[in-house]
Amino acid sequence: MAGGPRRQYNNPIIRWIEYRLPIVSTMEATLGRDMPTPRNLNYWWSMGMILTVALAIQILTGIFLAMHYVPTAEGAFDSVERIMRDVNNGWMIRYMHANGASLFFAAVYIHIMRGLYYGSYKAPRELLWILGVLLLFIMMATAFIGYVLPWGQMSFWGATVITNLFSAIPLIGETLTTWIWGGFAVDNPTLNRFFSLHYLLPFVIAGITVLHIWALHVHGPSNPIGISPKGKHDTLPYHPYYTTKYLTVFGITLIIFAFFVFYEPLYLNHPDSFKPADPLSTPSHIVPEWYFLPFYAILRAIPDKLGGVVMFIASVAILFLVPFLDTSKVRSSRFRPIYKQFYWIFIADVILLGWCGSQPAGGIALLLARIGTVYYFAHFLLVMPLVGWFEKPRPIPDGISKPVIPKERGDIPTRSSPEAAE
Amino acid sequence: MSSTADKEQDKEASRRDFLFITAGAASLVGAGMAVWPFINSMNPAKDTLALATTEVDLSPIEEGQRITVMWRKKPVFIDHRTKDQIEKARNVSLSELKDPQSDNDRVQRPEWLVLVGICTHLGCIPKGQRTGDQLGEYKGWFCPCHGSHYDTSGRIRKGPAPTNLPVPPYKFTNETTIQIG
Ligand code: HEM
Ligand code: FES
Repeated sequence: MAGGPRRQYNNPIIRWIEYRLPIVSTMEATLGRDMPTPRNLNYWWSMGMILTVALAIQILTGIFLAMHYVPTAEGAFDSVERIMRDVNNGWMIRYMHANGASLFFAAVYIHIMRGLYYGSYKAPRELLWILGVLLLFIMMATAFIGYVLPWGQMSFWGATVITNLFSAIPLIGETLTTWIWGGFAVDNPTLNRFFSLHYLLPFVIAGITVLHIWALHVHGPSNPIGISPKGKHDTLPYHPYYTTKYLTVFGITLIIFAFFVFYEPLYLNHPDSFKPADPLSTPSHIVPEWYFLPFYAILRAIPDKLGGVVMFIASVAILFLVPFLDTSKVRSSRFRPIYKQFYWIFIADVILLGWCGSQPAGGIALLLARIGTVYYFAHFLLVMPLVGWFEKPRPIPDGISKPVIPKERGDIPTRSSPEAAE
Repeated sequence: MSSTADKEQDKEASRRDFLFITAGAASLVGAGMAVWPFINSMNPAKDTLALATTEVDLSPIEEGQRITVMWRKKPVFIDHRTKDQIEKARNVSLSELKDPQSDNDRVQRPEWLVLVGICTHLGCIPKGQRTGDQLGEYKGWFCPCHGSHYDTSGRIRKGPAPTNLPVPPYKFTNETTIQIG
């Protein structure tokens, strides 16, 4: 990945490997001591590390679950109950996997919010952003498919509703849905293939993550003031400065995660998941997992089948276009007094949509979901282009180190922490 | 104007282009042919396709009662309609309907309504088969998933579902028995 002269190593084994496969220096140049990183990154930049940890947790716990799980309509529910009751530590592994999915999404949403606030998607990081949205899509597919595997009532009916989305496509819809099901309804063939894909997709995620980090490496991370480093005095090696800084976040995250796994493992669960799938009775109120709620609200807000499905997909896919919709030259919202306010309105709108998605269809929730949906798309299609044009940004500092370095001193205060620049 | 040598080269280039394009097209077709068996393997298998028919004895179903039977892994609603329900279904002008169809076209005998009990929106089972269920604004069926209301003929009246509940193929084998499928 990295060009230029390679570091010389003293350890003969590393030297031997490096001569044949420069993997150690590549890693150090990617996220190690040879990666120059803006010196002012704040804690919002730690989510990349948390996401990597979350993916590792999912893959590890998933592999062990798969050793006991039975992917058939007859056996799935019972095998998950067996994991919970009879398999040694099975309950812990399953609760880690189920809550790990929530951790994964919490981290990815914070990661995306960071990107939207600090304009991380702007040139030259458009492709980095687009790869990120692709990762979000595959994550959503993986989590949805995983949720089907325990074959409880919510699994079955969630699968039915979501796979039926494809039937809205004109002409080929019916054929396509039958193909996805491998039958005329969600049934055993569907569960079999979902298990196969649920095992595969996380590794696709891992592969695209490599591309994502490669693209990150080319221009380095953005930073809270959005001004690119102008030289060595603006950067710090990623390791040990940021690895240690983000170790704090890692620790706090693990504490929160352990709290959920050991004390509130079912907090985010739905009671209907404890009933085995029954193709003859739909639960009176279908709700997806919390991380899909805003998008589900958009789906239900549109009173037309095809329209609802199109908007549902568009609500995530519109993120692909963000780099091209935002017309402002200024990256960070810190210097964008008007956009900054719209940003928070947008976040409130997404939370409102999430609440609407958790309510039964109809009534005030439906009305609010409609208003929320209009605003959601208006944020991307109107606010982003227009505010970029009309807004007068605040004065922008000359460089990352400038605001804190008195002119007379000229040199860099070596003991200051990275945050000093903020 | 170009020299003869240039022309020669142009000709060379175009022959090469031709080879590229035909080779490319041939390998695309080849790749497609190689991929198709895999895609097709995901379509319903022969045992899944084996058509099943379901026989239903109607005699124990009281007027005003509804039962659910299974046909090809799908729930089928059988409704022994009351006079009032039939009248409600017939006193609607077609222009009021989202998916216009007269009640007469949806039944073989007015008192027996047979429907595939899957909401045409996103596939939930509408409520209305059990006593005490919500019947929706048109007193037929109500799909709680996203709020679709069906009338006493199973036609969509309000909500996101695009079409009426479908009527499966069925026939009366005698006075009190139907065969679905
Ligand atoms: C991107 C990473 C992944 C995500 C987001 C994810 C998500 C999920 C979710 C939400 C469930 C349902 C949990 C429940 O309610 O019980 C699940 C179940 C399952 N997953 Fe994953 N998963 C991931 C990776 C994997 C991998 C790599 C494997 C296998 C190697 C795996 C194997 C399983 C199995 C066997 C189940 C069914 C047992 C159960 O429900 O606990 N998962 N997954
Ligand atoms: S599935 Fe019935 S209204 Fe959506």
